[in-house]
Amino acid sequence: MIKISRLAKHYGSIQAVAGLDLEIDRGEIFGLLGPNGAGKTTTFRMLTMLTKPSGGSASINGYEVTGDLLKVKKVIGVVPQHMNLDQELTAWENLELHGRLHKMPGERRRQRIDELLAYVELAGRAHDLANKFSGGMKRRLMIARALMHSPGVLFLDEPTAGLDPQARRNIWDLIRRMNSEGMTVLLTTHYIEEAEALCHRVGIMDHGRLIALGTPTELKKRVGEVVVEALNHGGNEYRFFADREQALRYAGSLADNVLIREANLEDVFVELTGRKVGD
Amino acid sequence: MVVLRRNFGKFFSSRLVGPLLYLVAFGWGLGRNIQVNGGNYLEFIVPGIIALGAMNTSFNAAGVNLNISRLYHKTLDEYLIAPISAAAFVSGKVLAGSVRGLIDALVILALAFLFGSRLAVNGWFFLVVLLTCFVFSSLGVVAAMLVNTHEDMANFSTFVILPMSFLCGTFFLPDSLPQVFGWIINVLPLTHASYLLRAIASGHGIIPLSLAVLAGYALILFAAGVAAVRTVRQ
Ligand SMILES: Nc1ncnc2c1ncn2[C@@H]1O[C@H](COP(=O)(O)OP(=O)(O)OP(=O)(O)O)[C@@H](O)[C@H]1O
Ligand SMILES: [Mg+2]
Repeated sequence: MIKISRLAKHYGSIQAVAGLDLEIDRGEIFGLLGPNGAGKTTTFRMLTMLTKPSGGSASINGYEVTGDLLKVKKVIGVVPQHMNLDQELTAWENLELHGRLHKMPGERRRQRIDELLAYVELAGRAHDLANKFSGGMKRRLMIARALMHSPGVLFLDEPTAGLDPQARRNIWDLIRRMNSEGMTVLLTTHYIEEAEALCHRVGIMDHGRLIALGTPTELKKRVGEVVVEALNHGGNEYRFFADREQALRYAGSLADNVLIREANLEDVFVELTGRKVGD
Repeated sequence: MVVLRRNFGKFFSSRLVGPLLYLVAFGWGLGRNIQVNGGNYLEFIVPGIIALGAMNTSFNAAGVNLNISRLYHKTLDEYLIAPISAAAFVSGKVLAGSVRGLIDALVILALAFLFGSRLAVNGWFFLVVLLTCFVFSSLGVVAAMLVNTHEDMANFSTFVILPMSFLCGTFFLPDSLPQVFGWIINVLPLTHASYLLRAIASGHGIIPLSLAVLAGYALILFAAGVAAVRTVRQ
């Protein structure tokens, strides 16, 4: 579905993306994880043709993103990191505008708008201005907008940033539902639990490079499934073990307070990037 | 590709203020005792005010809005992601800007009528107004795509649009200025717009050279706008 090969982008001396190789299958939910400035948004912008790559190539559905612009545009839906609804238009008009830009015929357009507003549970607010919406509602409207022209791949850049837990679950359900109906989904996130709950596979990016790739379970296996957290004065120290027995043996040898628990994606992240998310 | 706007009432009334002030200040206040080329000053400046009104409104409508939507609201991405060509996008923006400029010109014309000016308005007159709007909407699009901060956009207006408003044959003929200024001013599009409008309004018919200059600007700026939209995906 999506093939990325040695994709790179630099802004002057800043290497935002430094040679990315990645393949994403049809029907997958793929998550790009990484600290601020890792290059996630830049990668998305290159895949959605908003930014020209400085090197390498990428194709979606067999169409090069640097070549067949119109063909690629028809199969992708994009939900950017920043809220970019037209604030002066209503929910309905925002979708109408998108439909017109995609040259959808009138009848089909209206039908699809009603369908999608119901799908993202905004049918009752169709004629309210977009700037009157809450953060979660705006996100849902942006998702509805991206779905207007029935794309096969959906790009979601931090779809749940700044949302309360309720609104976030709401978006998760929406993503799962779309995926079960055949949509390939690419998303970026800072929330480890989001990637763990939602993604079939996860890629961890740091300094423009992919430093780990696999299912959440595989990644956890890679660093060790059990963690011993030693709580000493200077801060926590982490050690990873393949099973509980080894972990216990090690814990017994420590004088400090220890915590033994199952590894999560955050541990993988910390171990691989050498910093906590958001540092 | 028409982007509908609400706030039409607000737009409409705010448009009235500027030209009304010009008409009161220069037409009634200053102009009562001034004669230009043997005609009354009000009749002299109305075409100028129409030209500068059309310029300002269409530049702001196409340029400033687009610049804000590109840098601040990021709504430009939504258009760049859509399967439309750069030319179609620029046409849409330029047309939307021109429509507003045209409305502005009509408002000024109606006001001037109330103030008692009698102009010979015909099809050519509107064609020239439309062409003026087209030129400055296109200039707006070019500036919006190339200028990377709101401050610089405001500076562009201050250093380019504002001087043109006053100097380009709108309120007085550049004959009285030092010759170098005269040359510069004669190259600028707004000068030709005001000359043309004035000539038509006073019944002298069109000036082919000025019309050609305006049309040339329109073509070049439109092409530059399309090129700028293409290169914005850096
Ligand atoms: N238009 C630009 N001009 C110059 N540098 C840029 C531009 N866009 C991004 N960068 C740089 O590229 C790097 C990667 O940025 P990017 O936005 O892709 O990170 P990100 O992973 O999306 O981060 P975040 O989690 O904060 O959204 C950063 O160092 C950033 O400063
Ligand atoms: Mg980002």
